[in-house]
Amino acid sequence: MGAFRISGLILGSLFRRPATAKYPAVPREWEERTRGRIEIDASECILCGMCARKCPADALAVDKAEATWEIDMMGCVQCGHCTEICPKKCLRMEKEYTAPDCDRRTGLRKIPVPKKVTPRNDR
Amino acid sequence: MGKRTVIPFGPQHPILPEPVHLDLVIEDEKVIEAVPSIGFIHRGLEKLAEVREYPELVYVIERICGICSFGHGLGYVTAVEGLMGVEVPERADYLRTMWHELSRIHSHMLWLGLTADALGFESLFMHTWKVRERILNMFDLTTGGRVIHSVCKVGGVRRDVEEEMLDRIVSEVRETRKETRKLTDVFLRDTSVKSRLCGVGILSKEDAEELCAVGPVARASGVYQDMRLNGMCKYGELGFEPVIGEGGDCYARCKVRISELNQSFDIVEKTASVMPDGPVEVQVRGPLQAGEFMMRLEQPRGEALYYVRGNGTRYLERMRVRTPTNMNLPSMVRMLQGCDLADVPVIILTIDPCISCTER
Repeated sequence: MGAFRISGLILGSLFRRPATAKYPAVPREWEERTRGRIEIDASECILCGMCARKCPADALAVDKAEATWEIDMMGCVQCGHCTEICPKKCLRMEKEYTAPDCDRRTGLRKIPVPKKVTPRNDR
Repeated sequence: MGKRTVIPFGPQHPILPEPVHLDLVIEDEKVIEAVPSIGFIHRGLEKLAEVREYPELVYVIERICGICSFGHGLGYVTAVEGLMGVEVPERADYLRTMWHELSRIHSHMLWLGLTADALGFESLFMHTWKVRERILNMFDLTTGGRVIHSVCKVGGVRRDVEEEMLDRIVSEVRETRKETRKLTDVFLRDTSVKSRLCGVGILSKEDAEELCAVGPVARASGVYQDMRLNGMCKYGELGFEPVIGEGGDCYARCKVRISELNQSFDIVEKTASVMPDGPVEVQVRGPLQAGEFMMRLEQPRGEALYYVRGNGTRYLERMRVRTPTNMNLPSMVRMLQGCDLADVPVIILTIDPCISCTER
């Protein structure tokens, strides 16, 4: 019979656990490689600006004069390119995605980068 | 003879995942003519290609479309590698083949789900997408992204796939194959599905050739055409043969896609079993060479064409993509002529339209 061919599938699903996850009651398990959002270890940053120059979405900005590193969280496309090209490897990819927000501007995060003490060459 | 009426269809319509507008000229519930118009989702990505350096541009290009994102990334890097004369390591080529076939599986499953939805068969739609989730999870495991993979780069791939991951992919593909078998039984044998697909939207082989149809649309009409035969990736070594259908109606297009699903399962398993060891990338430095390069690639929806022109700097002078839906729109207009108004959504869906690709 050609009709109701799906009945077997439906009956099977009826007695099985739901296929969907009970998020957010049950937190999602992330894979090791999941690209969530960019975070910085500001103490390691040397303000070279490489990440800002190479960002395909123009989501990063580095201000040497003010010593700040800035990211537009809503503009970032999570490609992870900056984490690969950072010479000090101070950028990293967190697994959790950027939290949703009603205001697009709140995505801007400016992080002060502490000045590095350069050893003086007295001789 | 009835009165002629023009019914606007789209750009926002329950069956359309993306915006396309059609003016349907109707006479007694029959479509006499369909006039498509696009331009609702143009983003100027080809222009953006001129102001991004070529290594970073791949992240822009793969955002042309969410479903064939891997195909777009692959097409772009292959074109740039051709322009620069870069030889990709063998393992990288096998990995690209595997990911490309996984992306074909998830694209065809998405299409099957959307078709079930267009038929009003909600439970079939839900079941299809449930199975597709396994493949998306495999992308998350291996590339770090479920939809946008960001794994292709000029000179190879960004990430290697370890032995344990390959084993997991193979076991997931086997499970997916089992579940797909039950689903395809419904698509190919259920009376209600067949009554909506059989004999609807017929495209003859002559029309398919004349209107330059590509991909499953052309193959369902009996045209022997598949860009995977042209030596892209490792399909030649894997003994690839395209699936050719007959009939050229909506049912034939559905059948071709289902056969391609099974073929893709085979290719993924075979790729995993013959995956050679070795590096996955070669370093590509310096500016682009002056010159131009064009390549064709078989995406899930059909043939896509990539053209790049370098001028000795790190920026491309011109980047052009011709997408499968662009080529299949004339065939769709031909299929719509003379069909019933109620069949319009199904016919539009059977070309698997991707308007984001078409407009870029």
